[in-house]
Amino acid sequence: MTSQVSSEAGEALVGEQRSAPAKPHHGTEKEVRRLDRVIIRFAGDSGDGMQLTGDRFTSETASFGNDLSTLPNFPAEIRAPAGTLPGVSSFQLHFADHDILTPGDAPNVLVAMNPAALKANIGDVPRGGEVIVNTDEFAKRAMAKVGYATSPLEDGSLDGYRVHPVPLTTLTLEALKEFGLPRKEAERSKNMFALGLLSWMYHRPTEGTETFLRQKFAKKPEIAEANVAAFRAGWNFGETTEDFAVSYEVAPATRSFPTGTYRNISGNLALSYGLIAAGRQADLPLYLGSYPITPASDILHELSKHKNFGVRTFQAEDEIAGIGAALGAAFGGSLAVTTTSGPGVALKSETIGLAVSLELPLLIVDIQRGGPSTGLPTKTEQADLLQAMYGRNGEAPVPVVAPRTPADCFDAALDAARIALTYRTPVFLLSDGYLANGSEPWRVPEVDELPDLKTPFATGPNHELADGTEVFWPYKRDPETLARPWAVPGTPGLEHRIGGIEKQDGTGNISYDPANHEFMVRTRQAKVDGIEVPDVEVDDPDGASTLVLGWGSTYGPITAAVRRIRREGGPIAQAHLRHLNPFPKNLGEVLKRYEKVVVPEMNLGQLATLVRAKYLVDARSHTQVNGMPFKAEQLAAALKEVIDA
Amino acid sequence: MPESLLHLVPKAEAAQSMKDFKSDQEVRWCPGCGDYAVLAAVQGFMPELGLAKENIVFVSGIGCSSRFPYYMNTYGMHSIHGRAPAIATGLATSRRDLSVWVVTGDGDALSIGGNHLIHALRRNVNLKILLFNNRIYGLTKGQYSPTSEVGKITKSTPMGSLDAPFNPVSLALGAEASFVARTVDSDRKHLTEVLRQASGHDGTALVEIYQNCNIFNDGAFEVLKDKDRAEEAVIRLEHGQPIRFGAGNEKGVVRDPATGDLQVVTVTPENEARILVHDAHAATPTTAFALSRLADPDTLHQTPIGVFRSVDRPVYDALMAEQLETAVERYGKGDLGQLLTGNDTWTVVG
Repeated sequence: MTSQVSSEAGEALVGEQRSAPAKPHHGTEKEVRRLDRVIIRFAGDSGDGMQLTGDRFTSETASFGNDLSTLPNFPAEIRAPAGTLPGVSSFQLHFADHDILTPGDAPNVLVAMNPAALKANIGDVPRGGEVIVNTDEFAKRAMAKVGYATSPLEDGSLDGYRVHPVPLTTLTLEALKEFGLPRKEAERSKNMFALGLLSWMYHRPTEGTETFLRQKFAKKPEIAEANVAAFRAGWNFGETTEDFAVSYEVAPATRSFPTGTYRNISGNLALSYGLIAAGRQADLPLYLGSYPITPASDILHELSKHKNFGVRTFQAEDEIAGIGAALGAAFGGSLAVTTTSGPGVALKSETIGLAVSLELPLLIVDIQRGGPSTGLPTKTEQADLLQAMYGRNGEAPVPVVAPRTPADCFDAALDAARIALTYRTPVFLLSDGYLANGSEPWRVPEVDELPDLKTPFATGPNHELADGTEVFWPYKRDPETLARPWAVPGTPGLEHRIGGIEKQDGTGNISYDPANHEFMVRTRQAKVDGIEVPDVEVDDPDGASTLVLGWGSTYGPITAAVRRIRREGGPIAQAHLRHLNPFPKNLGEVLKRYEKVVVPEMNLGQLATLVRAKYLVDARSHTQVNGMPFKAEQLAAALKEVIDA
Repeated sequence: MPESLLHLVPKAEAAQSMKDFKSDQEVRWCPGCGDYAVLAAVQGFMPELGLAKENIVFVSGIGCSSRFPYYMNTYGMHSIHGRAPAIATGLATSRRDLSVWVVTGDGDALSIGGNHLIHALRRNVNLKILLFNNRIYGLTKGQYSPTSEVGKITKSTPMGSLDAPFNPVSLALGAEASFVARTVDSDRKHLTEVLRQASGHDGTALVEIYQNCNIFNDGAFEVLKDKDRAEEAVIRLEHGQPIRFGAGNEKGVVRDPATGDLQVVTVTPENEARILVHDAHAATPTTAFALSRLADPDTLHQTPIGVFRSVDRPVYDALMAEQLETAVERYGKGDLGQLLTGNDTWTVVG
């Protein structure tokens, strides 16, 4: 049989597939093969529960100890018209016995719950891939709806694939007969049947899913048991039916991971935890002012669950009030956060400018999505970089921090909080839809290894007037950081007024003096320029002449592409930016070391514009704005072109 | 009755005077502006409140009145146009030991910031909102505002403004406000009494202050201030008192039995028993709303002033704090290590 993973397409360091001799497994005579990695895509209608199915398979895989990376992909509509192409929702999962970086370019296995799911996804499956289809949904009308004149299951169009036709709905109904559920209700468990089947195929542990189902449906035990029954029926179907002759093992990836306790985590969850951890490490109450928006709402939901950490979450009347409330809380001495996506940032711009002028700590979390305007709410993009950098009136510099992987959102949140608190400034944290919803294993940090973020409030006068009077000057700066004192209401003797009107250096009183304004504008810029950020590291084992420079969520695909190129003997250097403002101090020197610099981005070249402007380097842009992350193979080809040019 | 939320704000250690609340900043309103009178009334009232002044915060938006915080020797923030209620909400909900005041104008609160105002009122955040209504845009030099009368000739409406004005009291009552009052800049005694009642109210208190802009809309409230005309124009609301006004109190407000609406009648021995007794604590805002509609938006005749409504309603910040306490009772104080680890882990050993 064809192997599931072709090594030439693989990004694996241990490239080739390892095949074990056939041996009995679980008491059956079926063949078991060992694979180093697999990419599975579950696809169905938005109402078919594909995200849940994917999540469960991911949890099973994580607890088994594989490295993994996921890519949920769903429409913006909650329930798009059933059976249509726009209504297809999918979840791709890449898991391996070694360290992997992306959710994978092309699935080895496609589970298609209906004709629309097949049509929308089959193009991504390489010939020879396995396709499991729910034949019950392949009625004439359903096929016609998506433009199949004849059945793809019969007309030979799937000849190049290994197709497993499975009447998933019928089998599920059959398995649940004794539960006496209404047909519609029973049918809904078909995703659990599919999950059971795939769990058998890949030897996934099952206890976690059964526990999960019983917890999820704790109030409806008969539904819980029906789902468990469907899940088990799917497993048993794989084990007994002749159509599935082979099952696969993917060994745990323990060798690729440092020792420690691991869990699976999505970007938005890691970011939420990072914020809670930052509050604790700063010894400040966390305050979130937010307005629901895809794909950032999960953070509002998550933080709302943790009131026992003293976390206050305020769902405001609009984006402006969300950041307004956060800024008010910052004035009062909270670690203040607002969470949003691109359109929300546009609305918050004026308040961000106020925060720049007030010089108060504030985190602005932007989970970027496709734009402009409403754009593609559920798809990913990195096109808010210039908005974060420059999207305000006047000279209003704001530091920008970007996480590179889902788990890295935790560290990036702590780092953004460090900058906000140390320098008393708003800070942008630029995640995106791909990081937000994607997940990967995370080594759980020990609480005592987290950075100390304690920032003292002002407690007394900080200035002596000529006549010897001791006074408090709200804009007298720390000579090192240029931060002004954070004096919170309730502190006797430090009563002061701040505002968005230009203020006099030191006293903070309203000032329209031209020289003072010039000084304040330059000082605010100097404060941000002087923020301490670590040097950018360059990975260049072979002394390459081409450097690929990335930022944010492209880290996975770029690194995977770089590995491919190096495997083929091509030298290439890689650097990835966490800090977009200010840039690391060594960035200019790094860029000038290379003959060619290429910058892949999910926008039309925003970082490339910045580095070209700042460092006068002829950076080449490689861009993609299709709402999806880069595919490693395509990116490798593009990078190769630059190397060979 | 439970103790007022004011008990959460520390008291001043020593007796205060008006001088304690004057900042060192030169007041820069136009000479003759009504804002001076309001500033003096607030600075004069604050010592009576007796709160530690470091625990008092004035937050404002943009406009002439929004310069107010600079002149108060308390903590203060002069923010951006329309957003003061949102910013103050964040401060008040995170710091219940503060007495938080919002100073805003008719353009700031009712036009660009209308959304924040109605939502603050709806939530009943513990804020005292002083809405200076001069029925004009002053700082931008004289365009009509959302409270200007229809047909107003201004720089932006040379042929007269077209849009119907808001009645801020009606708007606030419609937005579920728990405390709504109206007063006039020049009536120091009335203004102070309204401030007194507002400051003791738990939740959002909206105080509309008719304020004269002597540059761009001079005399807008003259009918309410002029001794001869005011008697006929002003209806003074006092809780528990019959609603009567006019020279010799010859006019009164009665409910029309047919429509339920309110109307003004000349008081006679026959109808005297039917004169409405003002109940600011009425459970429903219906009568307060009807009272707010008595005023003629053009002439300001029959303008009620005083406290329209003052009722107890759960306060947002108190509820928020309770949820935090309940969460600790229910789940224990948050343990970060436990949270990060979660329930689904595996271990990699070297």
